[in-house]
Amino acid sequence: MIPLAEDVLAGQTRAIARAISRVENGHPDKEALIDALYPHGGTSLILGLTGPPGSGKSSLLDLLIDKERSAGKSIAVIAVDPTSPFSGGAILGDRLRMQKHATDDHVFIRSMASRGHLGGVAGATSDAIKVLDAAGFDIIIIETIGVGQTEIDIVELSDIVMLVLVPGLGDEIQALKAGVMEIGDIFIVNKSDRDDADKVKAHIEYVLNFKYMEKPDQKNPIVMTSAVKQDGINTLRDTIQTYYQTILNNGMLEQKRKQRIKAEIKNLITAKIKSKVEAFLHDQGSIEAMVDGLYEKKRSPYAIINEKLNRFLQEKQSI
Amino acid sequence: MDINKIINHKTKWEKSTLKKVLEKFPERKDDFSTGSWVPVERVAIPETFDADQYLDKIGFPGEYPFTRGVQPTMYRGRLWTMRQYAGFGSAEESNKRYKYLLNQGQTGLSVAFDLPTQIGYDSDDSHSIGEVGKVGVAIDTLEDMEILFDGIPLDKVSTSMTINAPASVLLAFYIAVGEKNGVSKDQLRGTIQNDILKEYIARGTYIFPPKPSLRLITNIFEYCSAEIPKWNTISISGYHIREAGSTAAQEVAFTLADGIEYIKAAVKAGLDVDKFAGRLSFFFNAHNDLLEEVAKFRAARRIWAKIMKEKFGAQNERSMMLRFHTQTGGSTLTAQQPDNNIVRVTIQTLAAVLGGTQSLHTNSKDEALGLPTEQAVRIALRTQQIVAHESGITHSVDPLAGSYHVESLTDKIEDEVWTYLNKIEELGGMVQAIEAGYVQKEIQDAAYKYQREIEDNKRILVGVNEFKVEDPMPDDILKVDPELRKRQIEKVTKVRENRNSDQVQQKLEALGQAAVDPSANLMPYIIDAAKSYATLGEICNVLRNEFGEHQESIVL
Amino acid sequence: MKQKLRILISKPGLDGHDRGAKYIARALKDAGYEVIYTGIRQSPEAIAKTAIQEDVDFVGLSLLSGAHNELFPEVVRTIREAGGNNIVIFGGGVIPEDDIADLQKNGISAIFTTGTPVQTVIDFIENQREQISH
Repeated sequence: MIPLAEDVLAGQTRAIARAISRVENGHPDKEALIDALYPHGGTSLILGLTGPPGSGKSSLLDLLIDKERSAGKSIAVIAVDPTSPFSGGAILGDRLRMQKHATDDHVFIRSMASRGHLGGVAGATSDAIKVLDAAGFDIIIIETIGVGQTEIDIVELSDIVMLVLVPGLGDEIQALKAGVMEIGDIFIVNKSDRDDADKVKAHIEYVLNFKYMEKPDQKNPIVMTSAVKQDGINTLRDTIQTYYQTILNNGMLEQKRKQRIKAEIKNLITAKIKSKVEAFLHDQGSIEAMVDGLYEKKRSPYAIINEKLNRFLQEKQSI
Repeated sequence: MDINKIINHKTKWEKSTLKKVLEKFPERKDDFSTGSWVPVERVAIPETFDADQYLDKIGFPGEYPFTRGVQPTMYRGRLWTMRQYAGFGSAEESNKRYKYLLNQGQTGLSVAFDLPTQIGYDSDDSHSIGEVGKVGVAIDTLEDMEILFDGIPLDKVSTSMTINAPASVLLAFYIAVGEKNGVSKDQLRGTIQNDILKEYIARGTYIFPPKPSLRLITNIFEYCSAEIPKWNTISISGYHIREAGSTAAQEVAFTLADGIEYIKAAVKAGLDVDKFAGRLSFFFNAHNDLLEEVAKFRAARRIWAKIMKEKFGAQNERSMMLRFHTQTGGSTLTAQQPDNNIVRVTIQTLAAVLGGTQSLHTNSKDEALGLPTEQAVRIALRTQQIVAHESGITHSVDPLAGSYHVESLTDKIEDEVWTYLNKIEELGGMVQAIEAGYVQKEIQDAAYKYQREIEDNKRILVGVNEFKVEDPMPDDILKVDPELRKRQIEKVTKVRENRNSDQVQQKLEALGQAAVDPSANLMPYIIDAAKSYATLGEICNVLRNEFGEHQESIVL
Repeated sequence: MKQKLRILISKPGLDGHDRGAKYIARALKDAGYEVIYTGIRQSPEAIAKTAIQEDVDFVGLSLLSGAHNELFPEVVRTIREAGGNNIVIFGGGVIPEDDIADLQKNGISAIFTTGTPVQTVIDFIENQREQISH
């Protein structure tokens, strides 16, 4: 086994951090590393935390870490922030609100820039979770960028998705209609001290009642919290636990995790073939000849493409 | 008089006289604006000749809305208080510096505390490593405070203390020193900064979250109005907001918004506005854009008077007066060619005085390099004295009033401030606006823009990005003895050994119990604990346990 | 493609003057780096652990209170002790010329005093790029 993987399994902070950098940077060792770590995972509860900017996700997370730490759990956080499309740089500022945990050896916080990946997380988030899972954290929490409706990736990455909503962002009601509701397992109405928090809750209930008309017992829980007043955090923690037990017992967790694996297999295969084919075409330098052939109507598209792919398959006996 | 006559003439002038010149000699820049990006007219003309409007907006000094100043005679009556912020190292060293300054003709004291003191840590706390005595004097117990004011007549000087989160504790120490020297509480004059909101926004020496912090402040208002009537209970500070990079209008807007929040809290706690509002004071920055700064001070007075009268229903004129201290802009000082800073400070002094300040600190030329030397402090004080006694600008009250340009700038700044105040109101008040990071973000954006302009040479800073010379840094920089922490630790250890520890324990427990009851005023308990020689850190820790600690919230 | 460099900007000690730290954080982001900002009042231990967890290439420290002679070397020590041997550490703030040599001896690779253009910092970072290994 590569030494770095051994150190990750031993729970060494520096090795875990290094391993995440390797998956993030597409290091040559990346696949070997993940393959070595993968069999040791499966013990972490993976939580997703999503919601619009300004909904107080990081502050809530900070308080949730307090509670989980008092209960003796170890926690890893991946906080994703957007990469600027102009400069390629990023300011990773979420950890600021959790910084009081920096000196706690049982809390690992990693900031991650999206690096152009759409969907609210980074391309490497999935592999980073595998590293943290193998390192043995009890709970892994992924905090998404929080730009709204396109953050569906979090569903595929986590066991339980928590969607944070707050009063005062009028367009949230729009979002509710537009299907963000589909991604939440647990709904959190944060800033419950604000006047119209109850209204937000009522809206969520309305949508959920409609959705679960047939099976009201499966309706998702809604938790009211106030990060500022530190209210509702115990309830949130209890709700997560109960929800986890429920999906564990009714087989939904297994189903979810298998779903996640299935999606990942498809994604990885597609991505890998795509990059190999692109490299092949590039190496052959034959794309220009194909363009000319098609432009001058000497060739027809499917014939030429199939011919090329067959050549690719003959030459590339393995990936 | 017909205003249109002037407007028509201006149009004519622009088409003829001006046009010809511009064709031959274009101006240096396409756009002219103030240091804070307020657009500036080439030539200002009166906007109105309406007498009612004059009386409403400008009026007379000493009368609502106080645009022209809070006293009818201003500096013809009494010059401003020259108050140099000072303090470093041990209480003994600072005491020496205060006596020096008083001998040099300074008329009030201004105490700088070191960061551990400002954040409620004793010198032997691990948080204090490296910081003891660095930016001010280290105070751990009443004993340090006794040394700090040794031989200084507390009934004669007024003392300003830059202390916020633990303001109640330092005030308690001061009261106790007074009592020991036979000066009763009602004779004490001075100010505590006591402005926690701007700590969250810009300065960073917070301890507790907003809600208990506001309670402590309200407790102080209530206690002082009954017991220390001459004490200024808060100095609502825009200075640090400006230092953090805000514009002039933001400085005023966020400061007044903080003020509104304090008044709301006190009113909610059942205090009568006119009972405490007259003891509120403000603290602003003076930057280099002279006329914008003057306009800023005038606008701030006018807006505050209106807020107090219309929003809070104040009846007493004193409640409506915005009285303020000014400090020249620390962030405008350059480490390059430090002598140039004397000139900057002079311009800023003019701004503060033309703007009607009640007291003034002038920065020393070497403060971008480290703590100021005695010689540099003297030049800074002399700058004030020259403006006071030689410049002649003190002879007439609000001498720039009626300048079309200054009046128009005053109006523009006022408009911008109201826009911010309304926005903050919409967000649910200043506490919410700060917790959401809104205020910090506005300031950061202005600071970033400013710094970019310097880097891109769009804004000239003499000696920094233009007119540069290779000059060696001066070597006469004041250094704080690195052994100071050790000595301070010895001192506080000795106090702990010699005091009656049962009594201390008892007083601290009483404070803790009072803290649980939100209706209790904590001041008497803090004073009791202070007198029993409980340390600053011990007192703050009792409150930390009860109130929790604030966590920074910013949006980058 | 060039390796994405990760930079931690932090404020040790108790001073709250974060204008410079925030400016440099934002300017480095605009220059294409991934910047982690911890906020003010960080202990050397918190900075070191953050640097390790975030696996940063650089740590930039800002301090205006005059406590740099004690705190900067302490941060270097804790980072090295935590295993961050390759992390390049630089500092800025109100730092007298006299102190710079000693700080460099104690592992601070560069000191950028008030008024340093951000390009100077970027040039410094790029010059170190070769020595960064992942």
